[in-house]
This record gives sequence, structure tokens and C-alpha cells, in this order.
Amino acid sequence: MIETAFTPFQSLAGGVLIGLAATLLMWTLGRVMGATGILAGLLAPASLYDFGWRAALLAGMATGPIAYFAVMGEMPPIEVPISTPMLLIGGFIVGVGVTFGSGCTSGHGVCGMARLSKRSIVATLSFMVTTAATVYVVRHVFGG
Amino acid sequence: MNVLRILSIYLIGLVFGIGIVISGMANPAKVLNFFDFFGIWDPSLIFVMGGAVTVAFVGYRLVLPRPRPLFEGRFQLPTATRLDAKLIGGSAVFGIGWGIAGFCPGGALPALGTGRVEVILFTAALLAGIFAAKGIQAWLRTRTTPTATSGA
Repeated sequence: MIETAFTPFQSLAGGVLIGLAATLLMWTLGRVMGATGILAGLLAPASLYDFGWRAALLAGMATGPIAYFAVMGEMPPIEVPISTPMLLIGGFIVGVGVTFGSGCTSGHGVCGMARLSKRSIVATLSFMVTTAATVYVVRHVFGG
Repeated sequence: MNVLRILSIYLIGLVFGIGIVISGMANPAKVLNFFDFFGIWDPSLIFVMGGAVTVAFVGYRLVLPRPRPLFEGRFQLPTATRLDAKLIGGSAVFGIGWGIAGFCPGGALPALGTGRVEVILFTAALLAGIFAAKGIQAWLRTRTTPTATSGA
């Protein structure tokens, strides 16, 4: 386990930017900003236009850490407190879950909640509960 | 799609990406600690979700009454309303994976820009999971379609 500092102001500022980006995408393209949907659509694009905006959005996202580096002089912290096999297993399970659940933290947790979508509120509650339960089991049952 | 529009969408992605890395959502240690209520709890992520949902809630109310989005003919909002087992079960499964890995798709995609091998591995596994699930969904459709249409 790796301890992390409580960062309410940075986290709030980051959240505000995430909400702003979601608003801007709705204003320009009329779409919700769900990472799952954007990624899934990029792999099976409906048209060249469809591929174009998804690739541009993804490229912009991946420039985020570089912009952070330009200002802060270092890459944003990415601390992975688990083994590589666990990371791969977790990633695979996330991929299966978000496909069947039609969304993830950004799509359901931010955009859907902001639209007061009943489906998204239920989905968010569902994954928040199982995430907390999984962390509890991994750290306090097996982790000891 | 002209260059100006592509650039606009790129910049929107950049705003999202900066938001994600500042917020801590791209850092598995921070995400997992948020859910570790009985251990080394870090409540920061409440502020991420609070900030993001509040701004998007207000933003959507300003944008959605407009006749159409700037670059498109119409708004394309999700239309499903059913609270089915697929939604609840799929989301529950997502939570298990998120609780193991600490990355969610929205956290990992911006984090790819760091070039860190852990992020690349997670994203590869994520894609494998998406493909596997799409394969299962296609298989389920071929199994259920004949029975669904036989009565018609």
C-alpha cells in the first residue's frame, strides 16, 4: 500500500475541468463524455468522421500529462500498488464490466449523474459498492 | 470535418486530460485509497466527483436547451431507460476490476500520455476485456435471435 496526501483543492480543480470538458463536448458534438464509449467507438468507427473526432479527443486526453509536465516540471504521479498480473486481470475485468454496463466513471458517474439519468445513478451506486468491497477484500481479507 | 473543429475537439480532450491528472483519477494509489475506508482512507476523490458533476449539471442545463450542438445536427443522448441485469451486473463487474487495478478507462486514457508501461499494460488488458465482452454479446445475440423471431 502507498499512502497518498489529501488534496481537496487539486481534486476539486480537476473535477471542475472534467465537468467543463463534458459540457464543451455536449455543446460542440452533442455527446456525453464517456471514456468507454469513446474508446469502443474508436475501435469500430462508424465513419471516417466518427474516427476523426474520437482520435482527436483521445490525443487531447493523452496530452494532459504533457501539459502538466510543462507547468510542474514533472509527470503527474502514477503509483501502482499492485502486481502486474493483478493489473492485467483488473484491466480485463474492467473491460468486460464497462461493455456490459454501458459505461464507466466518466460516462455514468459524471455525465449520467449530471443528466440525472436513473440508469447512471443505479450503475454508479453499483460500481461504487463493488469497488469498495473489492478494495476491502484485497487489502483487509487477503492482504491481512 | 475541418481543421478548426478537429482542433476544438482535441482541446476539449486536453481539458479533460488535465482535469484527470490534476484530480488524482489517473493515480491508482489515490483511487484505491479513496475506497479504503478501513485503512489509509484518502477522501480527495469526493471533490473530483462533486466538482465534475456540479459543473456538468449546470453546463448541460445551459447547452441542452439549444436547438442543436455547434458541429452536429442533433444531440445524441443515451436513450435506454431500463434498469436491467446487464446494467447493474456489468457495473458491478466493472467495480471489481476497478477495485483490483485502480485505473478506470477515463483515468487510464489520459495517463497513456505519460508513456508509463503500467498504463499501457492496463489499457491493453482493458481492450482485451472490451473485445471479449463484445464477442460474448454477439454470440448471445445469435443464440437469442432465432427464438425471439420464431413467433413473428
